[in-house]
Amino acid sequence: MFAPEKTDFPNHARDSRHVKRTPLNDLHQKLGAKMVPFAGYEMPLQYPAGIISEHHQVRKSAGLFDVSHMGQIQVGGENAASWLETLLPADLVDLEECIQRYSFLTNDSGGIVDDLMVYRLDNEYCLIVNAANKEDDLSLMRNRASPGVAIKAREDLALLALQGPRAAAALRSIAPGVEKLGFMTAARMTIAGVGCCVTRSGYTGEDGFEISVDEISAPGLASTLLALEGVEPAGLGARDTLRLEAGLCLHGSDIGPDTSPVEAGLRWAIPACRRPGGTRPGGFPGEGRILQEIEHGPARKRVGIRPEGKAPVRAHAPLLAPGDSPAGEVTSGGFGPSVGAPIAMAYLPGSLATPGTQLKAQVRNKALPVTVCRLPFVPHRYHPRP
Amino acid sequence: MTDLKFTADHEWARLEGDVVTVGITDYAQDQLGELVYVELPEAGIDVSAGQEIVVIESVKAAGDVKSPVTGTVIEVNQALSDEPEKVNEDPTGAGWFYRIRVSSAADLDSLMDESAYQDLVSSLD
Repeated sequence: MFAPEKTDFPNHARDSRHVKRTPLNDLHQKLGAKMVPFAGYEMPLQYPAGIISEHHQVRKSAGLFDVSHMGQIQVGGENAASWLETLLPADLVDLEECIQRYSFLTNDSGGIVDDLMVYRLDNEYCLIVNAANKEDDLSLMRNRASPGVAIKAREDLALLALQGPRAAAALRSIAPGVEKLGFMTAARMTIAGVGCCVTRSGYTGEDGFEISVDEISAPGLASTLLALEGVEPAGLGARDTLRLEAGLCLHGSDIGPDTSPVEAGLRWAIPACRRPGGTRPGGFPGEGRILQEIEHGPARKRVGIRPEGKAPVRAHAPLLAPGDSPAGEVTSGGFGPSVGAPIAMAYLPGSLATPGTQLKAQVRNKALPVTVCRLPFVPHRYHPRP
Repeated sequence: MTDLKFTADHEWARLEGDVVTVGITDYAQDQLGELVYVELPEAGIDVSAGQEIVVIESVKAAGDVKSPVTGTVIEVNQALSDEPEKVNEDPTGAGWFYRIRVSSAADLDSLMDESAYQDLVSSLD
């Protein structure tokens, strides 16, 4: 009855010799988490409350996620900013202290090797990269090593994400002043006696924080956070439904080495200074395709998909235009607990990408009616920057 | 002991007269997580043992449910269309999938009784 090949969390890493554990593994077990292999780590898919409850908890109050599997890479040295700009289409040379940006490592064909967050703190650039890509990202960076650039993989750090409308009030009670952080800014803070790097960011569409902390202090800090009013643990399952409703890309599904940032709808992350006419145009891998697409538009676009009825339309489901001609493919899809219905994302040619366009999705042996819609499915509720 | 019989694919079957009620086990619903969609067969269709006639989808996974027996579907649990969570809440009660009139009740002889099924589940954990 079970079809593990159809799940998004494949059991590909069952071999325990290779499965890594985060510093919070014992805590997850104690909380009764259902652990699954994910990106080489044993991670909590859900706790006893279940994915849907954890999802609503984050939308209505606050949830704590262990995202310690993600890579934390620090880049320092006198040439760090200009060197990073040869890898990322971002503005790092003029990035102010304590400011965080979303960006991506690109390849020579303009595809996305990985997407990431980068913030500057104490003149160092801290990159938060996807767990599944961190080794490749590091190799890529080290292969381009340059004088005046120091790269450090911080495997000694854990990462906790406290997300939801009550996250700020909860964290403030033990870290006064944290509520003053603006969206996409970073600060060093002491929380419950532990030195941390805190950013006001996340992957849920809600207000929240990501807290980088040393691996020794992490379990204690996580327990302290879970004891705060309104905070409950949330697993990878809820993280996926939350980010899908927020229209946020999952690398390896919605974006990857074959998708450009422009067709993925991420051109907002490429600042004017790196575009034609800017102060430092181009100069990153794949600039030819990416800048051409910014100017002339991409051949296809990432869109939202709302299936009629209740059947989820999942990744790799083909989309059919009238006459049953192939139109595109779903890249992520499932049930949106806050939407109360199935939702999906897909790439479609510009002519079919207009919201309201009616298509069919091939699910098993049926062609189900679906409608193209705008993203996100649930409005973002980030905290404004002062 | 219950009057249920079980398959290695984690379905249960209950024989009453010549009618078998079919669903998935508590272990199965726990493994799948919260169900969000159940696609049932139409009443009146003839099915063979082993045929996949129900699709179930949880938040994270999709699965097929095979018919444990051969016969004619006479009733399906329409309530699951609106409340698939009944399968999680009460898998061997309100979460039943369909009833099937069997050609031969002997089909059930090859299924496991509860203690054999519990042994199977224990071996999986």
